[in-house]
Amino acid sequence: MNLATETRNDVVIIYVKEERLDAHNSTELKSAVQKLFEDGKKNVLVDLKDVRFIDSSGLGALVSGFKNAISHQGNLKLSSLQSQVKSMFELTRLHRVFEIFPSTVEAVENFQS
Amino acid sequence: MGNTIEVDIKVPNKTRYLSLIGKIGEDIARELERYSGDKEVLAYHLNLVLTEAMVNAIKHAGPKEPEKLVRIVITLHRDDLTIRVYDDGQGFDINAIPAPNFEELEDRGRGIFLIRTLMDSVAYRKNCKENMLEMKKKLG
Repeated sequence: MNLATETRNDVVIIYVKEERLDAHNSTELKSAVQKLFEDGKKNVLVDLKDVRFIDSSGLGALVSGFKNAISHQGNLKLSSLQSQVKSMFELTRLHRVFEIFPSTVEAVENFQS
Repeated sequence: MGNTIEVDIKVPNKTRYLSLIGKIGEDIARELERYSGDKEVLAYHLNLVLTEAMVNAIKHAGPKEPEKLVRIVITLHRDDLTIRVYDDGQGFDINAIPAPNFEELEDRGRGIFLIRTLMDSVAYRKNCKENMLEMKKKLG
């Protein structure tokens, strides 16, 4: 799976550089997020700008990351969802769980506030 | 050409083929001449139900023979879309699967819910040889 990371103001941004986040590759994202929290990072932003398609396994990997954040007293937020991807969060009510931002800039600002 | 399209495909029961199967669903949605709804939304939904159904088949496929195939048959007759996914695993009772509890934050358990939400009817049939997940939708 193609993931790129960048740290901006104490926020680790993971860019998912894949068109699909599904049962084939979501375990890798789950592990990457888990490792960040285990390594002591507190603020993780997952940017989904390139993701055109997400399935239940992809949603599950993000839920797992969110729970990991809670158990490590950290935060996991999301940014740059394409409209059809966002509608999957709405269908499964997960838009009430995650803080979702239109861009990485707005998300990073929110972590600071 | 008549009013019927049938795609009958077998792929190895590996998740790397999810994208291939999903794209077939997308292409069918985009080819529908008479569909009055948003074809891009339908394309996503068909991609998703095919992906979820195939993951389900992979999960239930017999563990003894890892090189098994998953068979998927997509039939479009006029406005009636039927997707059948066959596996030869243990099978499961689809009616025993609860809807997700939206108050509990579970990693899993949303696949069948998504299929049920996006299709008009879902059934799982078992016989001695194989299992079949059948999903229907009226594309009016």
